[in-house]
Amino acid sequence: MTVPARKSPALRRFLSQLFTTLTGLAVLLILGVLLTILVDALRGGLGRLSWEFISADPREGMTEGGIFPAIYGTAVLTLLMTVAVMPVGVCTAIYLHEYAPAGSRLPGLIRAAVQNLAGVPSVVFGLFGLGFFVHFIGERMDRALGGELRWGQPGLLWAALTLAVLTLPVVIVATEEALRAVPLDLRTASLALGATKLQTLGRIVLPGALPGILTGAILAISRGAGEVAPILLTGAAYYLPELPKSATSQFMHLGYHTYVLATQSPDVEATRPILYSTVLVLLLLTFALNFVAIIIRARTRSRAAGGH
Amino acid sequence: MRTLPLSAPTLIAPRSLASPRARANRLREKAAELAITAVGLSGIAALILIVVFVGREALPLFFDPQQIKEAGLGKLFLPQLLREGKPLGFMWQPVSNVPKVSMIPLLVGTLKVTVVAMLVAIPLGLSAALFASEFAPRRAREIIKPVIELLAGIPSVVIGFFALMVIASFTQDTFGLQYRLSALVAGLGMAIAIVPVVFTVAEDAFTAVPRSYREASLALGATRWETTWRVVLPAAAPGVLAACVLAFGRAIGETMIVLMASGNAAIVSASLTDSTRTMSATIAAEMGEVVFGSAHYSTLFFIGVQLFAITAVLNLVAGAWVRRTVLRLGGKP
Repeated sequence: MTVPARKSPALRRFLSQLFTTLTGLAVLLILGVLLTILVDALRGGLGRLSWEFISADPREGMTEGGIFPAIYGTAVLTLLMTVAVMPVGVCTAIYLHEYAPAGSRLPGLIRAAVQNLAGVPSVVFGLFGLGFFVHFIGERMDRALGGELRWGQPGLLWAALTLAVLTLPVVIVATEEALRAVPLDLRTASLALGATKLQTLGRIVLPGALPGILTGAILAISRGAGEVAPILLTGAAYYLPELPKSATSQFMHLGYHTYVLATQSPDVEATRPILYSTVLVLLLLTFALNFVAIIIRARTRSRAAGGH
Repeated sequence: MRTLPLSAPTLIAPRSLASPRARANRLREKAAELAITAVGLSGIAALILIVVFVGREALPLFFDPQQIKEAGLGKLFLPQLLREGKPLGFMWQPVSNVPKVSMIPLLVGTLKVTVVAMLVAIPLGLSAALFASEFAPRRAREIIKPVIELLAGIPSVVIGFFALMVIASFTQDTFGLQYRLSALVAGLGMAIAIVPVVFTVAEDAFTAVPRSYREASLALGATRWETTWRVVLPAAAPGVLAACVLAFGRAIGETMIVLMASGNAAIVSASLTDSTRTMSATIAAEMGEVVFGSAHYSTLFFIGVQLFAITAVLNLVAGAWVRRTVLRLGGKP
């Protein structure tokens, strides 16, 4: 350690104040950016936002009408994703926290894999979905089912499963945290009363962890609903005259629609109001989801801290 | 805390005395444990499948003679003859009579955007994390953290849109730039996406520093800032590094923001205000029209392999540093 050069106490106090203020300014700047994004979307998007916009199909080369197919596609996609990811994610967390034998190296390995999975770029998940679900599984299914091209092309189910793999770490981490928050005493008491491990899990541990698991689901949905790069490669469509009818249909999507309107539109000025309103819908949707997740988590934490 | 202290079956009865019901119970327990363990491997399975199936589609680049001729390692990374009588150079132009598939313009583009993003996001994120953990009153901290979580929750396509509409106009008007979209615009947009990463990881590291360190420093007469700068920051150094490395990994793989705001011209230039194309954006932009099974197709997957490899290494490094911070500061790993 070097000895600090001698400065007057007043100067040192001033510098301390100065740097503290600077870090505070950084926070303000970040808040400012967040506000600007929100205000910009609200100012540009509120004018067009109406029931018709939410419930109608796009018209006139997507410069008129609404975004119902995109909302519908996003909802179905995220629903399928959630159905796929929740059981797998929750079971993995249960294994890690309740069943993994002490001293085994497997849990550490799984945690490392999950952490790594969380860092894989979203576009690589898209490549994976295309290479694995569409070309590997899909094409084999087509061959087995008689050779008609159905599963061996991008579609709703493959996109949903790709997103399920992408959101797996979110669910695992949230569920494990929720399991950790259930006091060990409750488990011991249940076992002492003669309940089996599975009964303890089903009637004591999981109900206690439910809010946390729900938070995980909401975070996964919010993440999955906003990801565009993976579905770009696995099934999102530029424009479709009809809603997706089966698991192999292509689909429209809020995020992809935003990208299309922002960058591929032949008439930028004409699409601008629609574009802004689409962004606003997407933003409000993810904010609402995140907000609910934050509230549930804050309430569970304060209850755990308060302890009764 | 991870496993239960007692295993349930031994509580019931010795095996010989077990009733049929208890035996059925035991069977169900065993089956459930097996099933849960099997599903527990999903994380590892997913990672392996990603490596195998992204890698598999890139393999022809190395084994198919036709593809080696078109896009072998030399073509990918070494300077090539682009036009008769001109010096050798790098070019990404995969769809043309003579496809040119140099990775160099894409690598340079990725690096440019990432550097801009890091230069903005790291000071900003670290400062905000310091403020939240060291200076802010508790009330303020309880607002700052959720707000940053909200920022982290904004879909990258929305940030891309924001960069395209607002940041692009702002930079063009302010600096009088020739091009609307550039590495600078994409980098600033990307900074918004990675500030929450820097903040979260760094804030965790700062709060892991024991209170006694700060109290000792303050008791010796140091000011709040001196304590922060000379005690807290060095103590949390590995965690701070991890924050930077993780942010770097996020930035390299980020796709939609660069796809929308970088301009997407694959040129090798040092200027931050030139239109720029990144590796991730190239995959997203070209996979739609690529001929299945062509060298171009394999090359796009090969870019994916590189992105995966880079981010995997960065994540491993960051993970190790995070663990080291925790160990060093006396917490549980």
